[in-house]
Amino acid sequence: MAGLFGYTLALADDALISAQRMSWWISRAPQLEEDVALANIGLDQLGQARLLLAYAGEVEAAGRGEDDLAYLRDEREFRNVCLVEREQTDFGVTMARLLIFSAWQCELYAALSRSADATLAGVAGKAVKEVAYHLDHASRWVVRLGDGTDVSHQRMQAGLDAEWPWAAELFDDAFLDTGLVDSGVAALPSSLRDAVDAGVSAVIDEATLTRPDVATHYSAGRDGRHTEQLGFLLAEMQHLARSHPGATW
Amino acid sequence: MVTTTTGRAWGVAAAVLDPELPVLTIGELGILRDVVEDDRGRVHVQITPTYSGCPAMETIREELVEALTRAGYWHVDVEFVLAPAWTTDWMTAEARTKLSTYGVAPPVPRPRAGEPVLLQISVRCPQCGSLDTQESSRFGSTACKSLWVCRECREPFDHFKSH
Repeated sequence: MAGLFGYTLALADDALISAQRMSWWISRAPQLEEDVALANIGLDQLGQARLLLAYAGEVEAAGRGEDDLAYLRDEREFRNVCLVEREQTDFGVTMARLLIFSAWQCELYAALSRSADATLAGVAGKAVKEVAYHLDHASRWVVRLGDGTDVSHQRMQAGLDAEWPWAAELFDDAFLDTGLVDSGVAALPSSLRDAVDAGVSAVIDEATLTRPDVATHYSAGRDGRHTEQLGFLLAEMQHLARSHPGATW
Repeated sequence: MVTTTTGRAWGVAAAVLDPELPVLTIGELGILRDVVEDDRGRVHVQITPTYSGCPAMETIREELVEALTRAGYWHVDVEFVLAPAWTTDWMTAEARTKLSTYGVAPPVPRPRAGEPVLLQISVRCPQCGSLDTQESSRFGSTACKSLWVCRECREPFDHFKSH
């Protein structure tokens, strides 16, 4: 069961791994403005991850800072949901995932901005304004592509179908020490589901897309059991720090 | 220890320029939150980031230490604070004028709580003053800016986003 350290780490890892995937798009997006947009979104997520990782390190009180936690853990020690770690080389998939993920982050950070934990409340109070912008960006693309040409509609639907089964893990309470919820520190994951669902469904409707009717994938990223793709992501992300231990700018 | 917004240390700290927008000081931007100095030459500064991932924070920290050290303070420490979250409402009127002169359209008033994020009044072109402008990208060269184009004079320009 995750206490304050594990909970903070899980939220940090979601943001960190999502940021790393987002950065893949730099120089590869369909247009220059989108390169800039996805880079900015990734930068916001990275900023949130850094604040959360630094706090997790403080809570753990074992001398690990944000860099140690980001660069010197192996995949089984990462606590992010599997939704954010998988390769995303299709723009429709990326927008579907960003829609789901940012809708969830909006609800999460809005709830956490009232957390009894002052640091979590501070991080969330800042982040909630940033992720509202991400959600707006994803929503616009999903609508434009969904309600676009036959091809864009079909590819956007395929993206949604691919990401939807991985969303369930965001709302799974099992990893969390419920004492954290009772004390007003954490937001109960399942309590965010209805609001996220309503927000995402409204965008899907406007985009003339169909809410996927697909079975949920079993995923246990919160317990450190990941898809094989996380290892490759970490190999790239951690390479420099591991090859040159202690190096600084 | 004395907190003051009129003391000498505040004046030195507030005059540090923002590295991304070198026409504005961190005092004018509202990033500088608190300065506490004691009579033995020690000073404690609180600053807050504009965006969580703002890469300018480290540079601002270094420049604060340098400026205050040069001003004779022998012990300077800089703390990052997150709450209350920074907002463009803290930007001074002078800062908005300077931004506009620099060629960056200043932030417009933010929507009230409950209003959609998208709702905003027209952004005035900093080149020709026209209100006939259009957003060309919601994201710009830094986290705090978006990219606009003026339909009157056809010039593209940066807009400091309301946040």
